[in-house]
Amino acid sequence: MILLEAKGVNVVYQPGRGERIWAVRDVSLSLEEGEFVGVVGESGCGKSTLGFALTQMLQPPAFLESGVIEFRGVDIAGLRGEGLRHQRRRGFAVVLQSGMNALNPVRTIHHQIGDVLQAHKLGGEHWSKDAVHDRGVELLGMVGLDSSVLGRFPHELSGGMRQRAAIALALALEPELIVFDEPTTALDVIVQAALMEMIKELQRARGFTALLISHDMSVVLDATDRAIVMYAGRIVEDQGSMQMVQGGRHHPYTEALFRCYADPRADDVVLQDIPGSPPDLSLPDSSCAFAPRCTIAEGRCWHERPLLAEVGSGGAIACHLRGSSEESAMEGRQGGA
Amino acid sequence: MIGLRYFARKGAMFLLTLWAAVTLNFIIPRLMPGSPVQATLARLAAGGQTVTEATKRAIEIQLGLPHSSLWTQYLDYLVNISRLRFGMTYSITDESVAHAILAAAPWTLVLVGTSTVIAFVVGTLLGVYAGWRRQTRVDSVVTVSSTFFSAFPPFFLGLLLLYFLGFKYHMFPLTGGYTPGLVPQLTLSFLGNAVYHSILPAVTLVVTSLAGWVLGMRNNMINTLGEDYVLFAEANGLRNRTIALLYVARNALLPNVTGFGLALGAVIGGSVLVESIFGYPGIGSLLLLAVDNRDYPLMQAIFLLITVSMLVTIFLVDLLYGLLDPRVREA
Repeated sequence: MILLEAKGVNVVYQPGRGERIWAVRDVSLSLEEGEFVGVVGESGCGKSTLGFALTQMLQPPAFLESGVIEFRGVDIAGLRGEGLRHQRRRGFAVVLQSGMNALNPVRTIHHQIGDVLQAHKLGGEHWSKDAVHDRGVELLGMVGLDSSVLGRFPHELSGGMRQRAAIALALALEPELIVFDEPTTALDVIVQAALMEMIKELQRARGFTALLISHDMSVVLDATDRAIVMYAGRIVEDQGSMQMVQGGRHHPYTEALFRCYADPRADDVVLQDIPGSPPDLSLPDSSCAFAPRCTIAEGRCWHERPLLAEVGSGGAIACHLRGSSEESAMEGRQGGA
Repeated sequence: MIGLRYFARKGAMFLLTLWAAVTLNFIIPRLMPGSPVQATLARLAAGGQTVTEATKRAIEIQLGLPHSSLWTQYLDYLVNISRLRFGMTYSITDESVAHAILAAAPWTLVLVGTSTVIAFVVGTLLGVYAGWRRQTRVDSVVTVSSTFFSAFPPFFLGLLLLYFLGFKYHMFPLTGGYTPGLVPQLTLSFLGNAVYHSILPAVTLVVTSLAGWVLGMRNNMINTLGEDYVLFAEANGLRNRTIALLYVARNALLPNVTGFGLALGAVIGGSVLVESIFGYPGIGSLLLLAVDNRDYPLMQAIFLLITVSMLVTIFLVDLLYGLLDPRVREA
């Protein structure tokens, strides 16, 4: 069953008069129930903006210019105010990048969990102090925190604990979709690994759909079922994570991203960066946005924008050379080797 | 919940500062060139009287000029102020300083204190509303109008009000804290009379200090609205009222509380200009009287009162802050 389906999503930032930045361009994607999907790309590729658009969290100067976002068949793009608020219970939640600052500094965790529960009373639900306490202990247990954390203020917790507490708050909504926006970026590597492990287990145990947004290819491929690669506001590749790791056909940008990471067990580590920088998002793109940085770009890439096209094994790639036909696939394999 | 150590540390700090303030209040007048005796003699000489050694002695005795060592004077001073004995005032015949201050203080406390509280509460609420509804028409109206009124100097607004509402249209009395002839007492009719007299000065004080609270709170609100925990609260679908009050305003209030404490501490010093324009029988008018008459005992006592009340309110605000912001308790 499809839980969320987005069609033709365009998000524009309008920071000043006459200035328009197309951060997300014509993105369509669908999330199956219980699926764990990752979105990767470098800074400014629109991945977080996409996550915010899907959960109706865009703040001015950003706004959804066009597109349909259906959650369980209901178009949520037009929802505002109370209508949107009611969708959040048993709907969609977000865990922010700066989870460290996602908690109100002057309220205890107990109160903040209480705030979430009180805000979404279903018929017949009554959240007494004891009921909030019991539910709080349960939620903290899910994220591996001790019940003593309930009485604490955010500044009394470590960064990793705060991010876990923030996840517990999101879980209080019993969401069917959680968007994790760079949940581990602000943490050190050890805490990062433990937190990702916890998120994976939580997702498996509770069966919610998860969208993991990260700039870290290895984190995404390790955790997810399917990975989406974004470049300059567009999806350039969408494939199963296993297929991504195993090789096969890739968008040149994905290959370039792979070369940015090294096998920690290798004797000789050669890391490559991607020369050049992403294009100016205030300009329209009539050609392939990656062409100026692409090592295999040819004539067509400079005039015509490649569309996201199915390749074998259920994936899709937006590239003139690596997508679509068998012939270009062969070329691609030689070029990539 | 709140740490006892926090209170103990703040209390010790308070006592130390209090001692320093009291001691400075003793030292500073003694460091000033000249003495009250010389000032009086100069005044007499300027008036054409012959000043002899006997006159000087007489004045020294009258003013009680001390001849003991500085150390003894300091101990006497400490004993005297602990018993609230500040000597006699020169400005009012047969009146002790303590008595004069005690008579003036309630007027100032009620007028300036109430105005400060009203300005803070109204200003903060307006600021919360304007900040929450930022960049709407309500916000513009609130911000622009409060800035406009605060641009008036208090004495000027006071004079305008007196001229139009008092002098031209006889809606309010021109001067005083109550109708002359009445005896200050706690009866309903007297209190009514006093409130009626205090309306114009109170309006002056509230209107001119309102904008500070409005703009301060509005800016804090807008800063806090950009915090991640507000965004996260929205993502979790909290009610708008919960977010506005418990997440945004609750955090935005903290800097304003400090300002409020300082404003309250300044209340007892009165508002010299406003009190003197309205002929209000408060500490501000008393201080003006003391300065006019070179009334050292009265001045010194009022300065001490201002310092001590400032310290006490800062201490209380510190304690309150500990309750409001859990982060400072351990700091």
